[in-house]
Amino acid sequence: MIQLLRIELYKIFKRPRTYISFGIVTAITFVIQLAMLSDGNSFVNFALQGVNEQFDIRGNILNGYLITYIILQSLLIHIPLLVALVAGDSLAGEANSGTLRLLLTKPISRLKLVMAKFISSFIYTVLLIMWLAGVALVLSLVLFGKGDMINLKSDAFVMILQDDIMWRYGAAFLFAVLAMTTIAALSILLSAFADNAIGPVISTMGVVVVLTIMSNLELPIFNAIKPYLFTTHIIGWKGFFDDPVPYAAITRSVVILVLYTVGFLGTTVLYFNKKDIKS
Amino acid sequence: MKPILEVNELTKSFKTFKAVDNLSFTIQHGEVYGFLGQNGAGKSTTMRMLLGLIFPDSGTISINGYEFNNGRRHLLKSIGAIIERPDMYGYLSGWDNLKIFATLSDSKITKDRLYEVLEIVGLKGREKDKFKAYSQGMKQRLGIAIAMAHNPDLLILDEPTNGLDPQGIAEIRALIVSLSREHGKTILVSSHLLHEVEQMATSMLIIHKGKKVSDGRLSDLMNPDETLIEVNIRPNNNLANMLSGSVWGQLTVSQTEEQIVLKMNPKIVPELNRWLVDNRTDVLSISSRHSFEAYFLNITNDTTTANRAI
Repeated sequence: MIQLLRIELYKIFKRPRTYISFGIVTAITFVIQLAMLSDGNSFVNFALQGVNEQFDIRGNILNGYLITYIILQSLLIHIPLLVALVAGDSLAGEANSGTLRLLLTKPISRLKLVMAKFISSFIYTVLLIMWLAGVALVLSLVLFGKGDMINLKSDAFVMILQDDIMWRYGAAFLFAVLAMTTIAALSILLSAFADNAIGPVISTMGVVVVLTIMSNLELPIFNAIKPYLFTTHIIGWKGFFDDPVPYAAITRSVVILVLYTVGFLGTTVLYFNKKDIKS
Repeated sequence: MKPILEVNELTKSFKTFKAVDNLSFTIQHGEVYGFLGQNGAGKSTTMRMLLGLIFPDSGTISINGYEFNNGRRHLLKSIGAIIERPDMYGYLSGWDNLKIFATLSDSKITKDRLYEVLEIVGLKGREKDKFKAYSQGMKQRLGIAIAMAHNPDLLILDEPTNGLDPQGIAEIRALIVSLSREHGKTILVSSHLLHEVEQMATSMLIIHKGKKVSDGRLSDLMNPDETLIEVNIRPNNNLANMLSGSVWGQLTVSQTEEQIVLKMNPKIVPELNRWLVDNRTDVLSISSRHSFEAYFLNITNDTTTANRAI
């Protein structure tokens, strides 16, 4: 199993396309940081229009913590795509290129192959989130400095003191790893059904977009199922920037995401174990 | 000695289409076993079932005494295979591909062994090149190197000469023969190219529409009286009359002013030659051709389709 995992990681990190994801994250982050450097103050003034009338806010408002929060929100839809690019390709890409049949003529079990694909996708996800954390958080702090963070919500604003922020980002990134692992598991499941690489990537994004719309629409018909959609919970990391932190809601989100991940993975194993390899 | 491969009553359907129908055969150690059939006859489906890629509806497969339900790992360790095309990771080098698949073979394979198989298939010195830069022939040879790296008892090669130029076909054919004769491998090789298999195989299995139609040693399968003898002559417009009045007329399959094709035992070619010379016909050449083709067409009883495959 360890050998199989090493081979999977070797294949992932030998492919130039893997690094495109890291490049995209870096590019988006830089663009937002540059935009904020040039026009950040007017953005902050506009965002705090209503608040400034009632409160006198002083200090370094446009600080690295706020910029990181803005970057994380902007990347909400991009990171699942970048995860799906690798995880969705894991089985379907091998089927498409014809290497799956050569792999499965070797004395390795299909269960181990699926698990190796999942764990390697998980490691890739962790590295991608760590890279995001590094580029977004560290560079933003270098460029914009520290300060208390204002989290502006639709009906309130939360002021988080700068000494109380870093653990929240740590927890948020850990939560993001779990949420993106759920996306990776969904991509691998769709990948098991397909024999071409692009199908599972598009399908994953399709599922995420449709379910995200359902999670956000305030319609009675969706309200009953919203708590059970994984897309409702993948934004649970935002809870760490509330005061007080809604631990019960975050725990519920974690449980639901873990259940989805296990469910996607279990279905993949059941289906793939019986699949005739005709590609 | 126990056969290396035993297949019993193997059956597989895809929806309503029966791809393989109650197929049974055995392969003895050291044989080069030709697996023939027209396109779509069920060869690849059978080979995929032998490798556990496709699950049979019924029937059993035993390799070196192991079956899939109680010894899948041991069974697959005994096999090296190329199925259809030798597809590998194009962005990796030949060496990386070889190393990856050798590692997955669950056998202790040294670096020296990897160089040895590269030497056998004639790729030593090109192993650092990217797989995508390889020619089709080199890809096939790397596929064979991967198949034999863990020193398996049985090699399963599905259409190993597909897409190759004549030079490449001759190289792969020579390699397969040497793997059997010099390295003692048992080889199951499929093709729809009759003359290719005919030149390599010691035994033959022919399937048609998923069913076995012939199985055995090549020498036993062939009826020498069915051999096609092709005689090229200097144009002779009296030939038709001469033939119709002789015993050779009954053996004639086709004739023109310059060529006669007869179905007969090659042993009586000298008598034919003598008769032609006695009747003032200048013989330019005599050759036997496609004797196995005739056998194949006869046994599959579907000449139109068979000709297309050939």
